[in-house]
Amino acid sequence: MEAFDTLIAVLDSTVRLSVPLLFAALAGLYSERSGVFDIGLEGKMLAGAFAAGAAAAVTGSAWAGLAAAVVVSVFFALAHGFASITHRGNQIVSGVAINFIAAGSTIILGQAWFSQGGRTPLLSAEGRFNALHLPFADAMRDIPIVGPIYSELLSGHSLLVYLAFLLVPFTWWALFRTRFGLRLRAVGENPAAVDTAGISVAWLRYRAVICTGVLTGLAGTYLALAQNAGFVKDMTAGRGFIALAALIFAKWKPVPVMFACLLFGFLDAFAIRIQGTPLPVIGRVPVQLMQALPYILTVVLLAGFIGRAIPPRAGGVPYVKER
Amino acid sequence: MAEAAIELAGINKRFGAVHANRDIDLKIEAGTIHGIIGENGAGKSTLMSIIYGFYQADSGEIRVGGNSVQIQSSSDAIALGIGMVHQHFMLVHNFTVLENVILGAESAPLLGTSIARARSELERLEREYGLEVDPEAIVEELPVGLQQRVEILKALYRGADILILDEPTGVLTPSEADHLFRILRQLKDEGKTIVLITHKLREIMAVTDNVSVMRQGAMVATRKTAETAVEELAELMVGRRVLLRVEKGEAKPGGFLLSVHNLTVRDSRGVTMVDNVSFDVRAGEIVGIAGVAGNGQSELLETITGIRKAVSGSVTLDGEPVDLTGEADPADLRRRGMAHVPEDRHHMGLVLPFEEGENAMLGYHRQEKYLKGPFLDIEAIRADARDKIEKYDIRPTDCRLKTANFSGGNQQKIVLAREMEQDPKVLIVGQPTRGVDVGAIEFIHKRLIDMRDQGKAVLLVSVELDEIRSLSDRILVMFAGRIVGERGPEASEGELGLLMAGVEEKEAAE
Repeated sequence: MEAFDTLIAVLDSTVRLSVPLLFAALAGLYSERSGVFDIGLEGKMLAGAFAAGAAAAVTGSAWAGLAAAVVVSVFFALAHGFASITHRGNQIVSGVAINFIAAGSTIILGQAWFSQGGRTPLLSAEGRFNALHLPFADAMRDIPIVGPIYSELLSGHSLLVYLAFLLVPFTWWALFRTRFGLRLRAVGENPAAVDTAGISVAWLRYRAVICTGVLTGLAGTYLALAQNAGFVKDMTAGRGFIALAALIFAKWKPVPVMFACLLFGFLDAFAIRIQGTPLPVIGRVPVQLMQALPYILTVVLLAGFIGRAIPPRAGGVPYVKER
Repeated sequence: MAEAAIELAGINKRFGAVHANRDIDLKIEAGTIHGIIGENGAGKSTLMSIIYGFYQADSGEIRVGGNSVQIQSSSDAIALGIGMVHQHFMLVHNFTVLENVILGAESAPLLGTSIARARSELERLEREYGLEVDPEAIVEELPVGLQQRVEILKALYRGADILILDEPTGVLTPSEADHLFRILRQLKDEGKTIVLITHKLREIMAVTDNVSVMRQGAMVATRKTAETAVEELAELMVGRRVLLRVEKGEAKPGGFLLSVHNLTVRDSRGVTMVDNVSFDVRAGEIVGIAGVAGNGQSELLETITGIRKAVSGSVTLDGEPVDLTGEADPADLRRRGMAHVPEDRHHMGLVLPFEEGENAMLGYHRQEKYLKGPFLDIEAIRADARDKIEKYDIRPTDCRLKTANFSGGNQQKIVLAREMEQDPKVLIVGQPTRGVDVGAIEFIHKRLIDMRDQGKAVLLVSVELDEIRSLSDRILVMFAGRIVGERGPEASEGELGLLMAGVEEKEAAE
């Protein structure tokens, strides 16, 4: 039974750890499906986390934190859109710039406003998204197998966790069952086809990057207000890039994106779990190696293990009407 | 005079220094097929893009059905009942036919109802016009002829009364083109107005009621098709008399210079693109390979010239075998006397941002005459380029200009000059006149005949059947990676067309 409990515990933290990846990867999905590559997920997530932490600290309300995160993150997304859609700039350069601006400005503003070395004050319960307990979670705890799965794995997460997983079928539906989704996918493959059909390419892509901004804002909110009790500098720690890897790994499809994020989350949870415990045969593994595991996996996966990942055909290319 | 579907008055459009359309007046009668011809860069496509709202005219007036209109975007044009079939299809390659048809014309935010409506509407169009196509098929898996049909369906689905087709037959086999013309006539009978843009005179004569000629951005003439002739139209297009037929003497074939035996080539996905192909090219003859684009001609060319690996088979160049395992690099083959004019000059033939002079020797840059010790001899290179410019009448005549600033025809001449001036034994030529204007075509054809008469072996691959027929001494037809037939230059277009469409040899002969 102990092994089972351990498994449940690891899976439980898998879910928690994969949520920010899932928000960020779905965010990237909207943008990249529309033909705007976005390596600025990391920066937007970080800016969102800071805004959430700061607003929640000042107002004491988690919802105010969430609103601030979404607003700030959408602002950064629009900046990326302005550079790459309106001014047809290089999308990689713009994304890198956003990452740098976010990394620098969050520390500077954090220090200037709160004087705690770049972090925001620790939040009380009201300022956070706390765990929700599903009905009968306590009552069912003692039922073998089903009990722990329900009360540990499924119950006891914050609202944002459930939202993240609900966004997966929603994104699939939006992409493949709505007019917006059809046009979004079309503009990422052949913007000229969209343009000649009488639809504005720019407006469509702006709407896509706004979706990206909202979702990276949620990712940041989760980090600052659910996983932690406030913003800590550089708290995204490369998750934006892992999310990007998950997106490519999943070939820009919503449901595979979820599984890719769960896989990365699992590796993270696994690494934390076995830290310090000697493994059979191998013996003690350095902590650093375990922590590097998700990143090593990223490289291995992207280096061709997944087969050919074909990005949206017009991805990364600003749309210019041909002469 | 019949009622005008579209009238243009005084349309002007500039792109920077280029005056693409100058004072265009045009009247297109309702219920007719109106052809617009002109060379590449004459401004035909720009004019049509203005009608379709893709560009806005700098000045001038557009009247549709007698009313003056402002067309600011494609959606305005669609609302006015104007539909366009673009030269490069505006289709989303990984969407189904149905998805492509409804894109931009969805009736509701959710797709369910739009799809149901489109499905029944497609069935109706299929019944009325014989425009059959599987609505669930993925567009990129359809042959080009059907992809074009999807474009036509898109326009009709949006309720187009005026249909503009931009160079619609460039990608079609002769029989597909004939089918298209039948569809166009039927649409005309239903009361639609059709505008057909092309540079192929034969098509104009075959299908249009009226024809307008454009030259250098201006509308130079409008004629009733029945009252004009190919010669007159050609002269109006170019501005001088053109020789439409290539004049050549008897071929005097010599020894075998290029032999291909049982060559099989697969692409990166493992699909067989060239299937057990064998042929010879002798000194002093032009062997033409006809076929619809995408039937393995490109892969065949790339393998012979050492760019692509073969799975099996052999190639012999002037008696010496060519290594087909990928070790034969193009540079080595060049040294051995094989010159190659690639199919796509932008992709393989030229480095567009380079100076003309650099492109005029690229690939031969290791030759002594271009070098001064370990460095390039810029003076020698420029002198050489100036020489070629004069000999091949390349314009502008400045070899220090960026190659991108030359017109398609002149770019092609740069490539031809580079390859022909090496005095090769074997000349491999892919699509020598693609995107090249009539005047330059005449010149290029003459040079190819000259090469033949000098005793070179010329292998010509072209999707232009007229070109193959007028230049070749022997014609091989390629279909689905195989050579499906060999004919003499006297073979009729219909016969070759059937072979190109994959109709078996026996049937084609009947």
